[in-house]
Parts: sequence; C-alpha cells; structure tokens
Amino acid sequence: MAVLVVADHSGGTLADGTARTITAALELDATVDVLVAGEHAQSVAEQAAALNGVNRVRICEDAAYAHQLAEPMATLILSIIDEYSAVMAPGSTQGRDVLPRVAAVLDVAQLSEITRVIDKNTFERPIYAGNVMATVACDESTQVITVRTTAFEPAASGQSALIEAVPAPETPVAARFVEESVVRSERPELGSAKVVISGGRGVGSAEGFKLLEKVADELNAAIGASRAAVDAGYVPNDYQVGQTGKAVAPDLYIAVGISGAIQHWAGMKDSKVVVAINRDEDCPMIQTADYALVADLFDALPELEEGLAQLKAQ
Amino acid sequence: MKILVTVKRAVDYTVRVRPLTDGSGVDIANAKMSMNPFDEIALEQAVQLKEAGVADEIVAVSIGNSGSQDVLRSALAFGADRALLVQTDAVLEPVAVSRILAKITADEAPQLVLMGKQAIDDDASQTPQMLAARMGWAQGTFACGLTMGDAEVTVVREVDGGTQTLALPLPAVVSVDLRLNEPRYLKLPDIMKAKRKPLEVQPLEEMGVDVGTKTRITHYAEPPERKPGVRVQSVSELIDRLVNEAKVL
Ligand SMILES: Cc1cc2nc3c(=O)[nH]c(=O)nc-3n(C[C@H](O)[C@H](O)[C@H](O)COP(=O)(O)OP(=O)(O)OC[C@H]3O[C@@H](n4cnc5c(N)ncnc54)[C@H](O)[C@@H]3O)c2cc1C
Ligand SMILES: Nc1ncnc2c1ncn2[C@@H]1O[C@H](COP(=O)(O)O)[C@@H](O)[C@H]1O
Repeated sequence: MAVLVVADHSGGTLADGTARTITAALELDATVDVLVAGEHAQSVAEQAAALNGVNRVRICEDAAYAHQLAEPMATLILSIIDEYSAVMAPGSTQGRDVLPRVAAVLDVAQLSEITRVIDKNTFERPIYAGNVMATVACDESTQVITVRTTAFEPAASGQSALIEAVPAPETPVAARFVEESVVRSERPELGSAKVVISGGRGVGSAEGFKLLEKVADELNAAIGASRAAVDAGYVPNDYQVGQTGKAVAPDLYIAVGISGAIQHWAGMKDSKVVVAINRDEDCPMIQTADYALVADLFDALPELEEGLAQLKAQ
Repeated sequence: MKILVTVKRAVDYTVRVRPLTDGSGVDIANAKMSMNPFDEIALEQAVQLKEAGVADEIVAVSIGNSGSQDVLRSALAFGADRALLVQTDAVLEPVAVSRILAKITADEAPQLVLMGKQAIDDDASQTPQMLAARMGWAQGTFACGLTMGDAEVTVVREVDGGTQTLALPLPAVVSVDLRLNEPRYLKLPDIMKAKRKPLEVQPLEEMGVDVGTKTRITHYAEPPERKPGVRVQSVSELIDRLVNEAKVL
C-alpha cells in the first residue's frame, strides 16, 4: 500500500516541512501521495506535485479547509484513509493538531515526531526532552506518524506528478475560525535556516534583539529565542526554540544570553555547531557549546556584526 | 458548569532523564515526580473560571499508579472540588489514555475538558485531540487565551507563524500552552483543606476498557554525544574558528 502525506501550507506556499516529510515517507514506502486541502489550493498542489518521488497529489478545495482546522481536516483524511497503510504529517502545530484525531478514530496509537525510519515497522523518536531516544515498534493497521522535520532533508523538486481532486466530506462538528495574527518574516524559516541566532533573558528587551537582528542580517540567519525571552515579550511566541517550541537543526546555532536549560537544549541539540555567548562561564550553554565565548553580549554582538561584515567584504 | 481537568504525574522538569544501561527502560526509579507543568496551567485556568463564577465544579482526573494520588491532592489544593484516580501500574499510550478519558467524560458530562498540550515525559501531544475526536467535539489546542461564552468557548492558539483565534461550540476540549497563565503557589491552608476533599480511586481493571495497542517501545538509548567544546578568548578568534575549523561561515 501507499503512504499519504498531509501537506502543510499557508499563504499559497507549501511549507518546507512537507518536502522533508516526503523524504521520511519515501523511506517507509515507494508510493507516496500528498493531500493538499485548502480553499484555493491549486498552486500549493502544483508545488507538491513538483517534489521528486511524489506519486500523485490529491487536492480538495473547499471553504471548509480555508484554515485547515483539525475537525474538517481529520474528516477529510479519514474519508480516503482506507487506501493507505500510513499517514504522515510534519510535526508542525498543524500536523500535531490534526493527526491525533485521525489516530483516535482509527483507534490506533500515533507516533509523534519521528527522527528516523529504521524499517517498515520500526521508528526512532525522542522522549523526555530529547534526553532519551526511543526505538518504537508500530504494528498498527494504519500507521499515524508526525515527523521531526529537521531530521530529514527536503525532497528536491523537478518532476510533475498527477493532480487529482478528492470530494469534500461533511464535517459534523467544527470550531469556527475567528481571526489570526500571522507575521510573515523576510528571514529564512526557523526550521530550515542554515544559521540560527537565538536570544534569551540576557538580551533584556525587544530593543536588545535589534543587536541580534543585525548579526542575523550578516549571516542570512533566522532568529529564535528561549522561553524566557518570549514570556518576557521581547519576541513573538513562534520564535521559541525548545521542547515545547520549535526544533531546529541548523549548521550553526548561536545562543546569546541563554543559560541552556534542558528544555532549550531539546530544541537545538541537533545543530551541527553550537556557539554560546554568555557572561556566566558556569552555565550549561557555555559548558556544552562547541565554541563558548564568555563575554557581555552587549559588547560581543556589535563586534561580531563588524567582524562578519569585514569577512563578507574580503 | 462543570470542568474536567486531566493531570498526569510525570518526572519533574528539572530532572535530566537517562536510559538504563541495558536499554530496557529509563532510570527514574528515584527521580522527583511532579504534576505535568502544562496540567498545572490547565488547573489554574479552571480555578480562575470558578473564581469568576463561570464554573461551579472542577473534577481532576489522573490515570497512573498509586503515586498519582499526590498530584491529585495538589489538584485539590489548587481548587479542584473532587478527584478521580484510575489506578494502573501500566505505562499507557495516549490512545489508551484517551479511551479511558472518553468513558469518564461521557459519565461526568462536563461542558469543558481542560488538558495540558503535552506531557513532558512522552512528549506526545496527542491525548487532548484524541479525546475530542472520540467525543465528537471540537478542539482548541495550544491555548494561550481563553474566554467562556454561553454556548461557545473562544480560544487563542499559539501556531507556527503567530496566533489563531477559534470559537468552539460547547462541550469542547482545550489543551493549554505555557503562556495561558502563571499557576499560583499552593498555600498551606489549601493543602490542609485538600486532605478532606473526596479522592476516588478506581482500579483500571474494573473499568472494562481495553488499553492494548500494537505499538511499543523496544529500546531506550542515549542521544548521540557531542564532542567537548572549546573556550574562545575573543570575537575575532570565534570568527576565525568558525571559518577555518568548523567551516560554517
Ligand atoms: C514545561 C516547560 C517547558 C519549557 N519549554 C521550553 C522551551 O521550549 N524552550 C525554552 O527555551 N525554555 C523552555 N522552558 C524554560 C526553561 O526551563 C528555562 O527556564 C528557559 O529556557 C530559560 O531561558 P533563558 O536561558 O533565556 O533564561 P535564564 O535561564 O534566565 O538565562 C539567562 C542567561 O543570560 C545570561 N546573561 C544575562 N545578561 C547577560 C549579558 N549582558 N551578556 C551575556 N550573558 C548574559 C545569564 O548569564 C544567563 O545564563 C520550559 C520550562 C518548562 C517548565
Ligand atoms: N495518564 C494520564 N493521566 C491524566 N492525564 C493525562 C494522562 N496522559 C495524558 N494526559 C493529559 O493529556 C495531556 C497531553 O499528554 P500527551 O498526549 O501524553 O502529551 C497531558 O498534559 C494531560 O493533561
């Protein structure tokens, strides 16, 4: 049988996490279909059809999916689930919202945020804030899986798979959309950026984050934050990296004024190179980073910005 | 209006959990246990609704071993009116927990079920959505804002990219995120008062719920270890090493 990947998209753009989920799905099965649901979703469907390895794209266009809410999305997935042995979605807030509803109706256990496909019935996923990696055997009639997207490369594009329409089933009970407040950033996405610079409580204010922005400009980096920085209102909530925020795995992660609590490490420990800038030489971030600079961040950041600018000029 | 709040006993968030050396489990026999932090936030929300006169009864439910009585006592000290422990020594998958909770929810008939968005041991983030699906109710996950109306609850959700506001017809399930509120500190008089509140213990075997799944953890391992790092003395040394040694710039 085949694997169904539920596409994540917003503003007419297919999320990078979907391309990564397709890579995970292809490790599970050679036949991978993608489901794209939305009010106007043709262009997203075309982006999905272009991803190498996709067998076909199934599109469902209806006002009911304008915001891809959990109740209609789960009903739609369930209407075609019989054709699949597994359903996968990125472990984004979207995938995490929808897939457990599907699993509950099928009465099967779900696997959250897998980091590896070992074989057809065996997967790996982090538990206890990533301090333990669990090998999980899943022999359910239908496998329901969300994917830690940073653990898989995105599928490349170049082909053009068939796009077929799926009828929209009735959804009995559903939430009513009221409004959303989504900030679109010019910077690369946190989950797929090659470089991430994150600030913590030590940054001290929203104003302080401007220093990080200037360094991020030099590096074409995404900006992240610790929970403390988000709670204090320095930056929006979706900047939070960690056990209960986003997982990132860039080539370079620069933690500025972050102490390195277990919950923060959980979200960035798979980064290739970790740099810590902190004035407390005993804090876990300094102890564990690949490159640790014990310094006041308000001195170090302007110097770093200048040094990087010089490097670029060379 | 009745609110059901689920509370799970989990390893305290300050504990760094390690796998057992033979990979057969995790080394938590002597670890400090606490209420899952997100469930404290759910309870705090319920208590605030009661203080505001919106809710009149709060029922706290936990599924776990006899140690879970402690977290239920804390829930009672927070302000829950009564507590129910479904007692089992088995470690259950979220789908099995949702089967049990669906039965309790059907019996108790609350207007709102408040739950944590995620248990910090299994990091699953599934049970609330599963319960909502089983009940055929709408869900509001990852809530950072909540307003009760007569027939609807309005929930502000933390989503990738920002926030989203939904109105859910009641009854409904809401899972809460960190920024919904700041749970209160428990005061001694409340802890004393909680001792006299009703806490019912029901053995899982007597519920007639099948908790089997075809999913199981076969091995527990350490995550890959990082190489020891180096201390750099200056920003210029840092840049130099990132360019020439790490080759990431
Ligand atoms: C259930 C739960 C879930 C959580 N989930 C997350 C999560 O997903 N992500 C997350 O990040 N946290 C999470 N946390 C919170 C986590 O436990 C820590 O409290 C948090 O990460 C601390 O943030 P911080 O490092 O910015 O702040 P602090 O721990 O206060 O550290 C601030 C650091 O800044 C340094 N500093 C101060 N001034 C300067 C200066 N001028 N120059 C240089 N350095 C300076 C200090 O030395 C210190 O090390 C969670 C907690 C719980 C209970
Ligand atoms: N054994 C349990 N007892 C009580 N509540 C639970 C239990 N397991 C999960 N929950 C609830 O479901 C939420 C999400 O858990 P999980 O799906 O395991 O991440 C938790 O925050 C709890 O509110």
